[in-house]
Amino acid sequence: MNLEKVIFGFFILLAATLNFGFVYGDIGNPDHHHFWELFAAIVVNLIATVLKFGDRTHIGAVHLASSLVALLQLGSAGIVWFFAARGSSIDALSSYATASIVSLAAGALLANFVSLAIMIVDTTLQRR
Amino acid sequence: MGSVFFIALRRLRAPLILIILIFAVAIVGLALIPGVDSEGRAWHMSPFQAFYFVTYTATTIGFGEVPHAFTDEQRLWVTVVIYLSVVGWAFLLGSLLALTQDQGFQQAIVVARFRRSVRQLREPFYIVCGLGETGLMVVRSLDRLGFRFVVIDADATRLHELELQELGADALGLAGEARAPETLVLAGVLKPECSGVLALTNDDEVNLAVAISVHLLHPQVPVICRSHTAAVTTSMATVNTYQVIDPFKQFGDYLLMAMQAPDSHRLLAWLTGPPGAYLQPRVPAPPGHWIVCGYGRFGSRVAAAIQSGGFDVTVIDPDAIEPEDARLVRGYGTDAETLAKAGIAGAVGIVAGTDNDTSNLAIAIGARQLNRDLFVIARQNLVSNQLLFGALGADMTMISSQIIANECVAMLRTPLLAEFLSIVRSRGDVWAAGVVERLRVVTEDLTPDFWSFVVSSEATPGLTNVLRGQAVPVTISDLHRSTSNRDEQTRCTALLLQRDGQVLDLPPGETVIRAEDHLLFAGTADAQNDQRSVLRNVNIAEYVLAGRGSLGGSVWRWAAGRRDARAS
Repeated sequence: MNLEKVIFGFFILLAATLNFGFVYGDIGNPDHHHFWELFAAIVVNLIATVLKFGDRTHIGAVHLASSLVALLQLGSAGIVWFFAARGSSIDALSSYATASIVSLAAGALLANFVSLAIMIVDTTLQRR
Repeated sequence: MGSVFFIALRRLRAPLILIILIFAVAIVGLALIPGVDSEGRAWHMSPFQAFYFVTYTATTIGFGEVPHAFTDEQRLWVTVVIYLSVVGWAFLLGSLLALTQDQGFQQAIVVARFRRSVRQLREPFYIVCGLGETGLMVVRSLDRLGFRFVVIDADATRLHELELQELGADALGLAGEARAPETLVLAGVLKPECSGVLALTNDDEVNLAVAISVHLLHPQVPVICRSHTAAVTTSMATVNTYQVIDPFKQFGDYLLMAMQAPDSHRLLAWLTGPPGAYLQPRVPAPPGHWIVCGYGRFGSRVAAAIQSGGFDVTVIDPDAIEPEDARLVRGYGTDAETLAKAGIAGAVGIVAGTDNDTSNLAIAIGARQLNRDLFVIARQNLVSNQLLFGALGADMTMISSQIIANECVAMLRTPLLAEFLSIVRSRGDVWAAGVVERLRVVTEDLTPDFWSFVVSSEATPGLTNVLRGQAVPVTISDLHRSTSNRDEQTRCTALLLQRDGQVLDLPPGETVIRAEDHLLFAGTADAQNDQRSVLRNVNIAEYVLAGRGSLGGSVWRWAAGRRDARAS
């Protein structure tokens, strides 16, 4: 067993699960989407991206690209939240703002699934 | 540059992740710990405010406690954050600095830069492997002739020497083993612009390896190899694209030629001399009994060359194997006794050919004292001893790097020159004397410039246009006409005409030029410029070759054609 592989798999999986957990629920209902879950998703995605740095293989390049896409989507969701919640408490979001935040995060979820799929395919291709 | 970027990212992975974690923990803590505003009401930092605060605190900028003064609980947490983040930043900066100091990383940057420069080369270039004394001399000569080149040497300090040279174009240098094919590929051997590889390292085996790699990777590229041993020379010659330069054998051949055909030798030495050199007086190496000091790679070749001319040789060497058909005297040749034993009194010439410059100087000086009329050939091993050998004033000085450099330049200068030089070797002494007299008038004793061209509509549009429309044929002497006044002659002469695989040396002036002829000219740089404009410019060619007033532009030429047609 390789500790590096464990950490790598852990963060990629965690990035996807956190993202899913945030997106899950009614798209326009602010009660179904918690801010700290988005925050955790952003942080874990950041770490997953950094872990993918420096792999010069083709699969490594696609991995990095999908992570960058997820990060871009989640970052945009965070910025939208920042502008929507300005002046008011972070919990009081309109359903319109919530919907746009969650749809951005849903895009990131797709990228994270791609990442996950690559990881699974890559793992099954390994002979040992 | 891509690989450099990726190496940097990979090395910085750990510090980056640490910083992300520290930021995340700090932001969560700050956003969760309640604070009190100026009016005593409880408030929570928004995640954005927390991020802003951590950013300026972690980078030690420190704007203070905004938007409200902190409570003690918040301050406790901020203290923890400050210590954590300073450690994180220190780790990141340390890794970054270590990375820039890292040899491997610096090498990656150098290689990336070199690769980009080679990729951007859009003109023909040569690859020079080995930047010793020989390589440096070749590079200087090539640069003076306007060639571009890429240099490979295993020793990076030698490449710094390249930067100190005053070269016309920026030289591209790479520190790497020329033996490795990757290095050659990096230097651009696969590029279509690569017009030749020169393997000039001290190590014969490396040169052979380069020749083989180039032959397998890009067979169309000619390789010029330096070799010091007969065994390597023959294995290099097994593949016919190689041009092998063995400076010792070369010098032996020259010496024999200087004995048998001094004028051919003089002509060759002049034509292959570095650009800007002058014609030297005849050096007839006298036939008769010769003494060769030092019977190593050099001495044995020279002795063999003298013997093949039918002359007697005595060898002086402390520990060489007994040569088959020459007398051997044991000793160093630096003392009068050994020289006397070798028969210095009756000898006509001596070759001081050991691999030690001091010994060679001692031999030459000692031998001269014993026999005033002796023809002295001194071998100079190091270029740095130039001053001493200049003061010695031997009749011939053998500098192997000079020989190799001259040979390389003669081969690369212009396509037909090497053919002409081989003709010089085969034609007799009288013929060579005639060529010397003919050429020295043209260039006033300076080593001539050489240029060659093929008559075709792409290479010589001016000449081809005249050939098509002209009833009177264009001859070689027409190409000597000056552009300013067509009745004047420029300072150049045709050396070689190649037509349908046949080679004609010194073609007479009345020879008619046809399409697809290859011509080699020698002359001054001005004459070359003059002739180039005649060959390329349609209007100038009309005036110079056909004697018609120049008509600029195709409309006027068309009108003149109509007028001619109506008149006839």
